Amino acid sequence: MRRLLAVYAGIAYLFLYAPLAVLAVFSFNASKIAVWQGFTLHWYGSVFHNPALLEGTLNSLVIAGAATVISTILGTLAGYAIWKRRMPWLTNSLYLSLLSPEIVTGVSLLAFFAWVFRFGHVQLGMHTVILAHISFSLAYVVLVILARLRTFDPTLEEAGLDLGATEWEVFRRITAPMLLPGIVAAALLCFTVSFDDYVITSLVAGVDSETLPMMVYAMARKGVSPEVNALSVMITVGLGSLILTAGRLERRGR
Amino acid sequence: MRRLSGGKESVRFQILARQFALPSTVTMIALFYVPLLIILAYSLLTRGPYGGVMLPLTLESYRRVFDPLYGQIFWRSIWIAAVSTALCLILAFPLAFYIARSGGRKTLLLNLVMLPFWTSFLIRTYAWMFLLRDTGLINTALLAVHAIREPLPLLFNDGAVILGLVYGYLPFMVLPLYATLEKLDDSLLQAAADLGATPWVAFWRVVIPLSKPGAVAGSLLVFIPCLGAYLTPDLMGGGKTVMIGNLVQNQFTTARDWPFGAAFSLLLMLIVLGTTRVLGKRGEELL
Amino acid sequence: METVLELRELAKHYPGHRAVDGISLSIAKGEFFSLLGPSGCGKTTTLRLIAGFEEPTTGKVLLDGRPVAKLPPYRRDVSTVFQNYALFPHLTVAQNVAFGLERRGNSSKEAVRGKVEKALALVQLTGKEARFPHQLSGGERQRVALARSLVLEPKVLLLDEPLSALDSKLRKEMRQQLKLLQRRVGIAFLFITHDQQEALSLSDRIGVMHQGALLQTGTPLELYRQPSSRFVAEFLGDVNWFEGAGVRPEAVRVSREAPLNPEHNTTAVVQRVTFLGNCVHLEAKSADGADCIVELPQRHCDFQSGETVHMWWHAADEFRVPEGG
Repeated sequence: MRRLLAVYAGIAYLFLYAPLAVLAVFSFNASKIAVWQGFTLHWYGSVFHNPALLEGTLNSLVIAGAATVISTILGTLAGYAIWKRRMPWLTNSLYLSLLSPEIVTGVSLLAFFAWVFRFGHVQLGMHTVILAHISFSLAYVVLVILARLRTFDPTLEEAGLDLGATEWEVFRRITAPMLLPGIVAAALLCFTVSFDDYVITSLVAGVDSETLPMMVYAMARKGVSPEVNALSVMITVGLGSLILTAGRLERRGR
Repeated sequence: MRRLSGGKESVRFQILARQFALPSTVTMIALFYVPLLIILAYSLLTRGPYGGVMLPLTLESYRRVFDPLYGQIFWRSIWIAAVSTALCLILAFPLAFYIARSGGRKTLLLNLVMLPFWTSFLIRTYAWMFLLRDTGLINTALLAVHAIREPLPLLFNDGAVILGLVYGYLPFMVLPLYATLEKLDDSLLQAAADLGATPWVAFWRVVIPLSKPGAVAGSLLVFIPCLGAYLTPDLMGGGKTVMIGNLVQNQFTTARDWPFGAAFSLLLMLIVLGTTRVLGKRGEELL
Repeated sequence: METVLELRELAKHYPGHRAVDGISLSIAKGEFFSLLGPSGCGKTTTLRLIAGFEEPTTGKVLLDGRPVAKLPPYRRDVSTVFQNYALFPHLTVAQNVAFGLERRGNSSKEAVRGKVEKALALVQLTGKEARFPHQLSGGERQRVALARSLVLEPKVLLLDEPLSALDSKLRKEMRQQLKLLQRRVGIAFLFITHDQQEALSLSDRIGVMHQGALLQTGTPLELYRQPSSRFVAEFLGDVNWFEGAGVRPEAVRVSREAPLNPEHNTTAVVQRVTFLGNCVHLEAKSADGADCIVELPQRHCDFQSGETVHMWWHAADEFRVPEGG
């Protein structure tokens, strides 16, 4: 019985990784069709020589970076607050935002910005995307931080108070430094989620704020191309390493 | 009885906690609840001449939502989401069971399942396009060995969409199932064997019922995103498979019928809330 | 006796549970005072009330005569040594010890370093300044915790079962070191424990707690020889109850011949004789049917099970407790 399960598990893992592995293999394919015709790095090169793609990548990095910084700070503070004091409203709101279908979040934010813009000369652009990303990534940060806090020893904070530190000093000098691996892990997770977003971004982005996923989507829609393969592999490796690092940090110091 | 200052009963940190929670609370109100309220308002308004909305207030959008034409889209979405969830459940269960009984390698195996999920969803969907399309890898390979004479229409249909959804959300079913199965005490199975149950019977009478909370939580985590899916039906379905997500997106961009799109969004949101209420109570411990 | 800490009718009530039920006691400057009692008796809660981690339901906590019950922990001149030491893992030993001093902010870096060095020398940890807590042994960690609290020169040092996490050999060593340390620094120690041997060997005075109440306070000798209740008597050691009088095992004499003085005696049937090396424990059933245990010098190990013997004791060695005590 055990062997049967092991075989099944093997097939399952194959199923999970095969598509990406195939993409990776064919990103080195010297031909444009799905027949192997020799090894080349040509497609990787062409990605780097594509100014539009580079601009898209830059936009994605800026947006993810800004959203990550703000979400991580806000989320860490919120996670700590929830750990200290039951806040059902905030907790439920965060869970709800996590469960909300992206399309609903996206259109509601679009409608929100459209309404807000009546009061000013603002338009859709990088700033709206960043705000949107903060909105949906906050819950992820809080989740990671709360998980981390659950294994935190409260007597350390008491010792801090006992030795003369105020509550704020305790947070600043004891809790937060000890939470640092978890905070960084949350930030990496946040960055990944933000970088990869398509649905919400496509709805609230302006003409000058096209992100990399938006470009990949457009290219995928047009058809399969080895350039997209190469780009996909690079993105996957990049995001994958971030996640692995986040995982390692999360486990450190437990 | 220890009352520790870090726990929920802390007295000294209350003020600090409230201050810390404030920015996030403001953010949630401004960027989550207010937009939803605006969608609610928009769903009751009339479509504007150049997109957008205008008065008067009307229930016209809701009337159209329940029009049989759109009902088809609605039911199809539910059907696809349900089938995908069921498939995820069936496929994930043996895998979760295997990982839960893998001793020291448990965490590693589990992480290997979760890892693909955290890379790009878009790219993973695209990878299937690469495999399934008429000139994709599978068809090319099958044609090359003369197993088929014409390319198989593997892409751009409901089946492809379901495949894409199952592939995308399988890890979300594995995780809660694993969490429940991991807690399953070996001694229970031994006791069952002791009382005369064959492994097969023990499986059905002991393992399956005890894994219900995990199955419920996993179904929740899969069904809801599937129901509101946009990318997968769009790319894997090629525009032929229209689910609620595609409809809403269309209304807010090409069709420029915001009130109608808003109404459908709210309907989707209500279904999500309803499903969460119904299933969420049983899967709560895991979340 | 100059009182440094006073508790007046201190109480902490939780819904359905009275953790501390109106206790009053005073601790003198430089005194080693132990709060002794079984788990759940409220001694830890009392400590937390004094330290400031809980607010009392009623009653007062007075430090040097000043009420402190409304003050947060960081404004009370007491310091706590936690059961798990609560050393900050991300700081070195020196940084841990300096933590409280830095929070006060009124000393220069040199002054702080000097005080840290002195504190570490006091607990014999010189040379380990740059180590991290996870690199230290259990005993060393405890000494860091002591140094960290003592460097602040608090009025009272609160110790929450500090020796319970150590193995028994280390525990005995640390007991003596703790006593010496307290004598050297001259600070009042409030020591929480459930181990009566610890309390008896270390304390100037002991307070016995049970179910939230303070049953008796006194010197170790007073409590041992004149317990005010059955609970206190039995918690501090074995007791033989002979018709309402309590006698300690080591105060009972056993012989085959009848004693000359017929008062304060009884006969008993020997049940079991256990040889313990330096002494003998003789278990018997008295004429009234009570189980007795007698501790005899080792040369009396020749009593046999089943023998009838005489047991007698001096009047001065017996104590009486109120009914239902």
